[in-house]
Amino acid sequence: MVPTNYYLILSAILFGLGVLAFVFKRNIITIFMAIELMLNAVNLAFVAFSQALGKSDGEVFVLFVIVVAAAEAAVGLGIIILTARNRRSLNVENVDLLKL
Amino acid sequence: MISGVLIIFFVLAALAVLGAVSLILQSHPIHSALSLILVMVSLAGLYLLMGAEFIAAVQIIVYGGAVMVLFIFVIMLLNAGVEERTNFSKLAAFGGVPLALALGCIIAAAIARSSGHLAPPAVNGAMSSTRELSMLLFSEFVYPFELTSFLILVAILGAIVLAQREN
Repeated sequence: MVPTNYYLILSAILFGLGVLAFVFKRNIITIFMAIELMLNAVNLAFVAFSQALGKSDGEVFVLFVIVVAAAEAAVGLGIIILTARNRRSLNVENVDLLKL
Repeated sequence: MISGVLIIFFVLAALAVLGAVSLILQSHPIHSALSLILVMVSLAGLYLLMGAEFIAAVQIIVYGGAVMVLFIFVIMLLNAGVEERTNFSKLAAFGGVPLALALGCIIAAAIARSSGHLAPPAVNGAMSSTRELSMLLFSEFVYPFELTSFLILVAILGAIVLAQREN
């Protein structure tokens, strides 16, 4: 039986790596992937708490997080396609103004 | 004496961390995407280890399948190449790194302090059957569940409006 703390520590490590990727990457698609990584880390913590408390509520929240992440990916990638079409670049340093 | 479950946990955890580090270190977006798939599949294995079979299946189908295919599709559509390195600002170097370290320390301290409050898991795999999950989803959480369908609808409309070519 794996202690709940191990899962929480792994979740914190993955979240930290997601923050690191979010800050250090320059490609807009990779930054978006870092957000997905952070959502996954939070999901792991939800399932670990759900198992520790013996209730399924946490797993329901995980389902909602997955739905929101899928919706976010659809809209976000639409925005990325639009940005790449207008700026001709995927580097976030070229995307520092809301208007062209 | 280390049990087999613990060994499986450490292997999967190592794979997940390896994938996350690889996501940061790879310079080509498609390699980062493949690393992220590794993270997601190993997380699905961890969910199975915790007895959450339905979440594990959804993780592989929705995340590892649908979302990552969308990512790779967009990477190929935009013909994304190797990202160019740029020098960091002074604010990022002197403000960001200490703040990131402080965030890590706070999370670690919170986990270390909470270890006494968390009881060890009662019965492995018995609590989270798919039947119980669906009963909860369609009784107590039915309104949020219906709201997510609206969210998906709005997201579909938004994606179509955003990505269409203007005349």
